[in-house]
Amino acid sequence: MKTDTRIDKRFAKLRQEGRKALVTFVTAGDPDYDTSLKIISGLPGAGADVIEIGMPFSDPMADGPPIQASGLRALKAGQNMIKTLQLVRDVRKSDADTPIVLMGYYNPIYVYGNERFLDDAVAAGVDGLIVVDVPPEADDELCVPAIARGLNFIRLATPTTDDKRLPAVLKNTSGFVYYVSITGITGAGSAKATDVGRQVARIKKSTDLPVAIGFGVKTPEQAKELASHGDAVVVGSALVTKIAESLDKDGKPTAMTASGVLQLVQSLSGALKS
Amino acid sequence: MATTADVKLNSYRTGPDDKGFFGMFGGRFVAETLMPLILELERAYDDAKADPTFQAEIDHLNLHYAGRPSPLYFAERMTNELGGAKIYFKRDELNHTGSHKINNCLGQILLARRMGKTRIIAETGAGQHGVAVATVCAKYGLPCEIYMGALDVERQAPNVARMKLLNAKLNPVTAGAGTLKDAMNEALRDWVTNVTDTYYLIGTAAGPHPYPAMVRDFQSIIGKETREQMIAAEGRIPDTLVACIGGGSNAIGLFHPFLDDKNTAIYGVEAGGHGLDVENGHAASMNGGSPGVLHGNRTYLLQDSDGQILEGHSISAGLDYPGVGPEHAWLKDTGRVTYVSITDKEALEALQFCTRMEGIIPALEPSHALAHVMKLAPTLPKDNLLVMNLCGRGDKDLFTVAKALGMKI
Ligand SMILES: Cc1ncc(COP(=O)(O)O)c(C=O)c1O
Repeated sequence: MKTDTRIDKRFAKLRQEGRKALVTFVTAGDPDYDTSLKIISGLPGAGADVIEIGMPFSDPMADGPPIQASGLRALKAGQNMIKTLQLVRDVRKSDADTPIVLMGYYNPIYVYGNERFLDDAVAAGVDGLIVVDVPPEADDELCVPAIARGLNFIRLATPTTDDKRLPAVLKNTSGFVYYVSITGITGAGSAKATDVGRQVARIKKSTDLPVAIGFGVKTPEQAKELASHGDAVVVGSALVTKIAESLDKDGKPTAMTASGVLQLVQSLSGALKS
Repeated sequence: MATTADVKLNSYRTGPDDKGFFGMFGGRFVAETLMPLILELERAYDDAKADPTFQAEIDHLNLHYAGRPSPLYFAERMTNELGGAKIYFKRDELNHTGSHKINNCLGQILLARRMGKTRIIAETGAGQHGVAVATVCAKYGLPCEIYMGALDVERQAPNVARMKLLNAKLNPVTAGAGTLKDAMNEALRDWVTNVTDTYYLIGTAAGPHPYPAMVRDFQSIIGKETREQMIAAEGRIPDTLVACIGGGSNAIGLFHPFLDDKNTAIYGVEAGGHGLDVENGHAASMNGGSPGVLHGNRTYLLQDSDGQILEGHSISAGLDYPGVGPEHAWLKDTGRVTYVSITDKEALEALQFCTRMEGIIPALEPSHALAHVMKLAPTLPKDNLLVMNLCGRGDKDLFTVAKALGMKI
């Protein structure tokens, strides 16, 4: 599906420059609101091309321990949907161009109210959504109304998405396609690059959209290797693990929290440019 | 969205629709990795349903392995003591492994074999489902891994020992509060990781389509037998049905064959824990929750105003699940079934009452249904035929009960 959002513009620009995109994921409000705002506001300067912000949920069924823990830290610090949308507004004060994608699970959106959520997300400056547990079979509920408001609805394609199913997955997808390189949860084992190359080529045969590769990307070297098969890499668990490692024994942020994450983003970005 | 309550229905037994919805409830809300798997499961189940040899195999196992039909027992002393409705127990606690859970496991293990799956995973709360899964896996020589909340591992020690003896690999889950919902999350994570060889044997009538309908179908043997047995005993069908609700599988199994019998009053009993007014102190998702989406289906959930799921509480490990099967959510909104709640204390009293009056030690789960029977029966005429689903035996709960009653064992 063709759209013209900040995401589309960003990928068009990167394509012109012959660069791969670095897509970063952190959870809104991890480890607390102010530190999270500092981290996310620093991401564009550190080299993130697209920002994914996790909407924390108590029961993240597709996530491994690092992102589970990240969400729980955020919830414990008082994060909720209202504050996540506020965070986007606050980030937008210092950055008008970097695409922002909200990622998470359906229930917090459903309880906030689908229409109200979509309106508030657009008003806050959100460009796209990834909602893990709303498959194409349920497009009417959230995806179609999101598209009507000019948001990109980004779908995951996985190794189990066979050729028969792929058209249904791609049908209402816009912005980019998120290829989940492993069958498994976030932060689990790393994908074998040979499989990924073949699978991304398969997806590319069916769509002109950029393909971002995620799940299991941990190091700058891996990022570079995986990026060569697609248009972007997504790094999440490694970043929230950096946050976790920087906290003091009471779970409070330290001087290293924001700077540690942003340094890792810099080296990931550097590797993609090298 | 039109609410189902506005719609006049000819039948309550036609759901779900082809997308897996009962009105607005149910559906298939899972990650993309699992979508092809649940679609494959749906095709395999449709295929099995149409194959008479599949049903014949289940019938054979029910008779020779599970010990069905379970008796429909007239609880005479209890009836006289309460002085109202004529109380019958559907004795599913006499099944092999001690609860109704085996009904579902036999059906699903045969399906897993038909599908060529070689590894079984499951979640369990009270451990009754875990034991039933481990049992059928032992019978068919399939490796199984059971996810169980760490807190439940502690409070259901006898079932933990049984599962180990049956050679199941037990994975205690420490995420969240370490109870049933967390075990279900971990089982789903396992399934997302092991997509080719693994069959996820869900233990209640919840989860993404086709599980709620499939588990209901396998449990409906309870209601079908009850119907025949009551006609044989009294010459007519029951006037009143009562069952406890965790995820809702024993209840829907009893209720479903009677949903279109408009003169049969039906009651589902949720776990009221410390009381519905105690925040996060109960597990009554329909009486004390609101609609949301969890574990693949839309249903009533215990949750806060931000859509974060609460853990809930019940003295009974098999009832403290923050959701409920989507068909119950729909039956509540249509008004066909009345859902009530019973506190920990009332359930404990009912357990003792039943034990003394009938010489049957019920599990804590059906003790909730019994407690409601104790309130309801005296208000009904003596010719009212009431059936309570005695869906599990109390052996597994002896330590919990002894502790709650201050007994030394
Ligand atoms: C004896 C017994 N009854 C009831 C339940 C609750 O499950 P359901 O509502 O699916 O019947 C359980 C669950 O573990 C159980 O062990």
